[in-house]
Amino acid sequence: MIRGPIDRENPDRLYTITGGRSRADAEVFDLVTLVIAECDPSPAMQSEHFRILQFCRSPRAVVEIASHLGLPISVTRILLCDLLDAGRVTARHPSRSASVRPDDPPYAHPDLLKEVLVGLRRL
Amino acid sequence: MDFVGSNSAVAGHPGPAGAAQTVAPLRDTVREGLKIVVVGGFGVGKTTMVRSVSEIRPLSTEEVMTEAGVGIDDAGGVRGKRTTTVAFDFGRISLNDQLVLYLFGAPGQERFWFLWDRLFAGTLGAVVLVDTRRVEDSWYAIDRLEHQNLPFIVARNNFGPPTHTIDEVRDALSLSPDVPLVDCDARVRESSKAVLIELVRHVHVLAEAAYGPAAGLVRQP
Repeated sequence: MIRGPIDRENPDRLYTITGGRSRADAEVFDLVTLVIAECDPSPAMQSEHFRILQFCRSPRAVVEIASHLGLPISVTRILLCDLLDAGRVTARHPSRSASVRPDDPPYAHPDLLKEVLVGLRRL
Repeated sequence: MDFVGSNSAVAGHPGPAGAAQTVAPLRDTVREGLKIVVVGGFGVGKTTMVRSVSEIRPLSTEEVMTEAGVGIDDAGGVRGKRTTTVAFDFGRISLNDQLVLYLFGAPGQERFWFLWDRLFAGTLGAVVLVDTRRVEDSWYAIDRLEHQNLPFIVARNNFGPPTHTIDEVRDALSLSPDVPLVDCDARVRESSKAVLIELVRHVHVLAEAAYGPAAGLVRQP
């Protein structure tokens, strides 16, 4: 396995960024949840919050934000939760791609898949 | 190989804005992100496939699991480690004004799969990319996908003229006849695009059968 930036990252710094917290509710942020800033960044903010707000002036997926910050997905999710709680970002969670109820088939709805097919064929 | 090249480029990623800001933002109208995962052994061409159809240069991101998390997973290979890191690449395709598809290139090795539920739940489907010189690299991934009930197809990435017939490959993979098996050249955009279309068509057939005729009726004008 190729070592990436996080393997050289100081664990103390990752710990400091989140204040050592983990948040169960951070799981609501899917890899492809789209995040939009609802306010401008201010210099008083934690630098990661500042960078997220700057980056999310237009919608960005969680995975793009993590890549931009150079932070693990789990740490990025915690930062996003903070911003969501403070009303500084809004999130568009995937709602149609997965079966919603446990007894739904384990596939996306045929209507959505049809839309995806049309989009792919147009590429 | 491409895989190595792109990862070392990412390893040199300075973190700050520079490289990442060149990535074009999404349209403001976009409502929903979708996922497709390309899974396969090391060097099989996952990143190459993602790159050939993506509208952005593939990016890399990582996830770490701490000791507490590692303790509860069932991936024997990671036991005894304090943390484990998994890196994966992704690309992006804007399908229309509202839908954006993210393509993830994910390693197929055993040590990776404990993250699957956390990262790839809700995935539309998966492409298992196979190098016929190392068919055994794909067995584990296929087994796990079947177990997870996640729809997938298998694509043979041809690094040269194929040395086996497609039936021989199907046999070597012990692949169920229901699972589509296609040839591709991951370097070629049209070829990678055809693989994605084949996957979504396959999932669409399964979904129509599973949701029943009512789902079809809703779509009638």
